[in-house]
Amino acid sequence: MKALSIRGLTKTYRNGVQALRGIDLDVEEGDFFALLGPNGAGKTTTIGIITSLVTKSGGEVQVFGHDIDHELARAKSCIGIVPQEINFNQFEKVFTIIVNQAGFYGIPRKLARERAERYLRQLQLWDKRDHTARSLSGGMKRRLMIARALVHEPRLLILDEPTAGVDIEIRRSMWGFLRAINGQGTTIILTTHYLEEAESLCRNIAIIDGGLIIENDSMAGVIGKLNQETFVLNLREPVADPPSLPGYVSRMTDDHTLEIEVLKEQGLNEVFEMLTRNGIEVISMRNKVNRLEELFMRLVASRGAAGAGNA
Amino acid sequence: MAATADSVRETGSSMARAQWIGFQTIVRREYGRMIRIWGQTLVPPAVTATLYFIIFGSLIGSRIGRMGGYDYMQFIAPGLIMMAVISNSYGNVVSSFFGAKFGKHIEELLVAPLPNWLIVLGYVSGGVMRGLLVGLVVTGVTLFFTHVPVAHPLLVIASVLLTAVVFSLGGFFNAIFAKNFDQISWFPTFVLTPLTYLGGVFYSVSLLPDWAETLSYANPILYMVNAFRYGFLGTSDVGLGVAFAIMAAFAVAMFTVVVMLMNRGTGIRE
Repeated sequence: MKALSIRGLTKTYRNGVQALRGIDLDVEEGDFFALLGPNGAGKTTTIGIITSLVTKSGGEVQVFGHDIDHELARAKSCIGIVPQEINFNQFEKVFTIIVNQAGFYGIPRKLARERAERYLRQLQLWDKRDHTARSLSGGMKRRLMIARALVHEPRLLILDEPTAGVDIEIRRSMWGFLRAINGQGTTIILTTHYLEEAESLCRNIAIIDGGLIIENDSMAGVIGKLNQETFVLNLREPVADPPSLPGYVSRMTDDHTLEIEVLKEQGLNEVFEMLTRNGIEVISMRNKVNRLEELFMRLVASRGAAGAGNA
Repeated sequence: MAATADSVRETGSSMARAQWIGFQTIVRREYGRMIRIWGQTLVPPAVTATLYFIIFGSLIGSRIGRMGGYDYMQFIAPGLIMMAVISNSYGNVVSSFFGAKFGKHIEELLVAPLPNWLIVLGYVSGGVMRGLLVGLVVTGVTLFFTHVPVAHPLLVIASVLLTAVVFSLGGFFNAIFAKNFDQISWFPTFVLTPLTYLGGVFYSVSLLPDWAETLSYANPILYMVNAFRYGFLGTSDVGLGVAFAIMAAFAVAMFTVVVMLMNRGTGIRE
């Protein structure tokens, strides 16, 4: 079954900005799905329409088969949303925020309190339950929003940049938590600017730019489309001049570091052989940027260039 | 077929139950807010009422003599209670709903499967609750200064309830359109307060020149204050039927308009 089905979705704001220009998107039940795109691409507008915070201009949206035009309440019941911006009452207590949100979804008080305790414990916020929300740190506020989104146990959890501004330790613990939630059957849609996060967590991906879906495939399929990677090689001895590497584009960024671009059909063995022939020893190697990030940058840049050409 | 009908009935009843829980949650949250900031919600009306009774009731009122067959202090008491109910039911909803918009936590309600009419009803119930609680506080202050008879208790309850509903809806209407905090104080300052003061709280409109008396009948607050006063003292400047018809008409019309605005997403959705 499809957790989310979008057809021909358009949105033009009152100021004339065309945020979505007809997108089609399917997310299967149980998926961990990444929706990526540069700032202003239309990600948050899409999420806003799915959660009914933004009114669409055209198209259809179905959540687990419930059309938001005809069965909005049922569609809403299936969704939990963790928005980009903090949107709880900063003067309310942590526990009250969660229990009230459950109440808005029709969860009886006793059950709401039990679930609030469970999710606050799982997200390491239980000892903060009687604190007002404004006293929490940035990472705690993000986790509070996740607990709030889960308290009615939605089938589809949408996270709009949930780890923005969160330190790496908490981010990784949040990844573990989200993997576990997904493992229990909750479909997750994630938007993030940390592409390492998307690559690590998500099985399928859509890239949106300028209000259009420009890529939609499995994560492995998308990564497979990357036809060039840039590697950074750390050299044991300093090298004054760039080594001769015919067929490759390379440059020295300092006397111990060589950057080299390798096409998909080329291999690293040949590079190492040529470096060895030049008497250069490599002590370590890494990708210059995350592979998904590299592909993302190329896709967005090529669209930008095409747009400039058209203009 | 029967199974389908049963499942529809079951779904309908579980949805109604969920909505009832949602409504209770909004009202509980509003009550919690009112109690949390009691220094802003419950204390100021008591202080203001005390000052009114000292200045207008004891100091000036003693020189005015009787009005409508009662001591001046007794005459103004229902109006002062009603004034507190009006400003507090209005103020509660306008500040709470605009605060929710401003702090973005209105989204907690908008993403939930609650119909808009229920959200409006929840906030209005919160406004009515504060209006009535403050009304009770001011009544307590009143009894400290004077004795007020209650001629028709049911009319007292009906008029104060309808008035609180109308002004809670007024606060909601204001909050929908407000874009900043200035805009939630503009209407109470320049419209609500003048209309309340000119609505027969401190005097009987029969004392006014003809033109001013005629003009006063265009002020809806006059009908609310007089219906309430009639409930206590059995005296009124206006017909009770007209007063209740006006209050009911305002309540129904404003509820309809506010729900319509919510359905359109005015002020709350992009």
